Amino acid sequence: MDLAYWLPLFFAGAMGLALLIYVLLDGYDLGIGMLLPFASDEEKDVMVAAIGPFWDANETWIVLGVGILLIAFPQAHSIVLTSLYLPVTLMLMGLILRGVAFDFRVKAGDARKAMWNRLFALGSLVASVCQGWMVGAYVTGLTGDTTSTLFAAMIALTLPALYIMLGAAWLLIKTEGELFRKAIRWGRLAVFPMGAGLLLVSVATPLVSPAIADKWFSLPNAIGLLPIPLSTAVAYAGLIWIFHSKQILFNGYGWLAFVALSVICVMASIGLGYSLFPEIIIGQLTLWEAASATESLLFTFWGAIIALPAIIGYTIFIYRVFRGKATALSYE
Amino acid sequence: MDFDPFVLARIQFAANISFHILFPTITIGLCWVLLYFRLRFTFSGDKAWEYAYFFWVKIFALSFALGVVSGITMSFQFGTNWPGFMERAGNIAGPLLGYEVLTAFFLEASFLGIMLFGKERVSNRTHLVASSLVALGTTASAFWILSLNSWMQTPAGYRIEEGVLFVESWWEVIFNPSFPYRLAHMLNASLLTVAFLIMGVSAWRALRQVDGPATWKVMRTGALMAAVLAPLQVFIGDLHGLNTLEHQPAKVAAMEGIWETERGAPLTLFGFPDEEEKTTHLAIKIPKLASLILTHELDGEVKGLNEFGDDIPPVAPVFWSFRVMVGVGVLMVLVGWWATWALFRRREENAEAHAWLLRVLSVMAFSGWVAVLAGWYVTEIGRQPWVVDGVLRTADVVADHSAATVMGTLLGYVGLYAFLLVSYVGALRYLATKPARSLSLMPQQRTMHDSEITAGEN
Ligand code: HDD
Ligand code: HEM
Ligand code: HEM
Repeated sequence: MDLAYWLPLFFAGAMGLALLIYVLLDGYDLGIGMLLPFASDEEKDVMVAAIGPFWDANETWIVLGVGILLIAFPQAHSIVLTSLYLPVTLMLMGLILRGVAFDFRVKAGDARKAMWNRLFALGSLVASVCQGWMVGAYVTGLTGDTTSTLFAAMIALTLPALYIMLGAAWLLIKTEGELFRKAIRWGRLAVFPMGAGLLLVSVATPLVSPAIADKWFSLPNAIGLLPIPLSTAVAYAGLIWIFHSKQILFNGYGWLAFVALSVICVMASIGLGYSLFPEIIIGQLTLWEAASATESLLFTFWGAIIALPAIIGYTIFIYRVFRGKATALSYE
Repeated sequence: MDFDPFVLARIQFAANISFHILFPTITIGLCWVLLYFRLRFTFSGDKAWEYAYFFWVKIFALSFALGVVSGITMSFQFGTNWPGFMERAGNIAGPLLGYEVLTAFFLEASFLGIMLFGKERVSNRTHLVASSLVALGTTASAFWILSLNSWMQTPAGYRIEEGVLFVESWWEVIFNPSFPYRLAHMLNASLLTVAFLIMGVSAWRALRQVDGPATWKVMRTGALMAAVLAPLQVFIGDLHGLNTLEHQPAKVAAMEGIWETERGAPLTLFGFPDEEEKTTHLAIKIPKLASLILTHELDGEVKGLNEFGDDIPPVAPVFWSFRVMVGVGVLMVLVGWWATWALFRRREENAEAHAWLLRVLSVMAFSGWVAVLAGWYVTEIGRQPWVVDGVLRTADVVADHSAATVMGTLLGYVGLYAFLLVSYVGALRYLATKPARSLSLMPQQRTMHDSEITAGEN
């Protein structure tokens, strides 16, 4: 087996997986953060309790994703992060505010709670918008010209809608009563902006990047790829239906909304992966050009194949421990 | 004014890492102390230990959150500020950072949820296991990150091909010459920082009369830790310095303010190093002591800064930081012994019996932070102008952002950090002013309403 060929592929796959899991998991945390201002004070506590035991591990997936970029593709890491310096910095500040507000809102005294709630929401919004911007800029090859800037701006507005949907769907699983009803309303409101965004992005990506258009619209590839847009469309229709069907929502099947969103995200990332491959920075670097030395990759590989399955294993364990409706958080 | 983006990038990196290190320093030590409280409760059944655990686990959670969010910034900083570093040393730095992320994730982040919020949901055993794994995880991530930092100080086990570094031996890279010293010194530093933090906060509560039996148990724990670990830290620090002398003599010359190579060099206690004139003004010196400490011979030869041409670090910050760290270290030894002697000899648990000690302890609550920052400044500034000692120059790896960009984000970070630091200390104060819950274990002694006690802490 040719390690110099396979190891970069393995790490690219692991990085994609980590980022996909990040979007799904921290996506719902950030979504709930953005929804916070629309809830009453008691509801805010429940919403925070619904993400309490999870957010730290959820957030670590982006560290892992960027970590793999840094470990396995140092060249690409430098190019990506240097060109995205501003959005990255702003995103970090957003994540910092969100993460600490979580603790401060209950520990800094009641007088400050309202301020920390607002910072929580603000941090979540800033982080989401910046992540959207980064995805947009990345997909258009980090060129920084007008079309790609417009495109980045578009995704910056869309990604928060996706996160809000994830947040609403998570609340369907974790809450009941009035908050549950609110979550349904939020979901119904956000689903159309999200859909519009999805559509726009799918149409615009090939327009902005001819290289990508080529890959998608040449026969026979186009036929083989058909399942990707089709299943996305089905999942999206299903999502709308779920949010409008009392039968599903009030009989404990609200989690189906999360499943539908996961399908959409998985399809989107497969599509993205296909568009990019084999390049890691469009028009500049391929995976193999950017990769570290093979012996360095091999050294990390052993750690990764032990750690990754274990991490996924206990993530499942932790979600089992904290399954069921959210209850007040307590250290005791 | 014109600012050099290179200098700004360095300041920005330094500001971020300085902010970050404050919180790992607390969490690395505190999680072991928490585990100790948990075990004491499990074996003795004394509720006071459990209350101590409940109080400090909240501070742990808060510190952890700050450590995590600032740590995420760190993992982006290499790319945003020092792209050249990853491009040229990525084959070595990458995997070491990778292992830090994997272990951080593997153990801490995943089990933290159970440790913090799962006490009711899992068995006592599972909870203990989760807490131990968090403790092991933080220590393991310190292991990897310190290994990388030590490798940057004393690189080993690599070869260079066309300017890019490749690994020859992982063993030599990881266990590079300064690593054992730095690891021991840093881990011990975190335990010491925590010892003074728990003593300081407890003393503060005693002075405010919101203390209970648990408060004093915690204070005695801290005192014992300090009495043993502070002298140990001085000892490890000395070994560390000797190791540095062997591998980075220019750094030691800057630490000691030795300008010219000499035999029987004096130890400069204080003074004002002047790089232009290559002398230390108003120096107070003890004859021959530097030679004695560094070479263990009265007339041993000590290399001066003159030996290293232009490749010397800025002298004044290194010189001063070193004195701050050592000063705090010596103070910690004295106060640690005093506290142990006073608290174990007179077991009266009230503020009148120990008024002076409590005041000193509460002032020293954050002294560990001062020493840790000073220590890191010695280490990092003393390595300049290199980013990897003798191999890669810092100036060669910097990103080419404009000064305005870096300045803007720098101001943003500094503002945010100042705000968070104030909030952190404020939250600690707020938690510490609630009446101790362990008062309910001795209801007759103080007049305090039951409701007030149950709403309180610790
Ligand atoms: C000696 C200790 C030490 C030092 C010098 C550093 N760290 Fe650290 N770091 C830790 C000890 C630690 C820790 C105790 O393991 C933390 C604190 C909270 C946590 O989650 O782990 C941590 C957190 C932490 C995280 C978050 C992990 C998570 O989400 O759980 C990242 C990404 C980094 N660090 C990265 C860095 C980088 C890039 C550093 C250097 C430039 C660095 N740290 C210096
Ligand atoms: C253990 C992990 C650490 C690593 C891998 C690390 C790495 C680096 C790097 C890459 C630089 C930039 C290049 C340079 O200016 O030399 C740097 C500079 C610096 N670091 Fe660290 N560092 C670590 C820990 C720390 C800590 C904990 C502190 C302080 C509390 C610190 C303080 C500084 C300072 C002050 C500088 C600037 C030095 C100067 O430019 O004059 N470092 N370090
Ligand atoms: C008299 C006592 C002490 C001595 C002689 C001493 C010695 C040293 C020396 C020589 C270094 C520089 C190592 C290098 O070249 O990289 C250092 C670094 C450091 N010191 Fe100390 N130290 C003392 C006390 C303390 C105390 C009390 C703390 C904290 C509670 C502390 C925390 C640190 C840290 C965090 C570093 C930087 C990281 C490292 O290199 O380990 N030191 N110390």
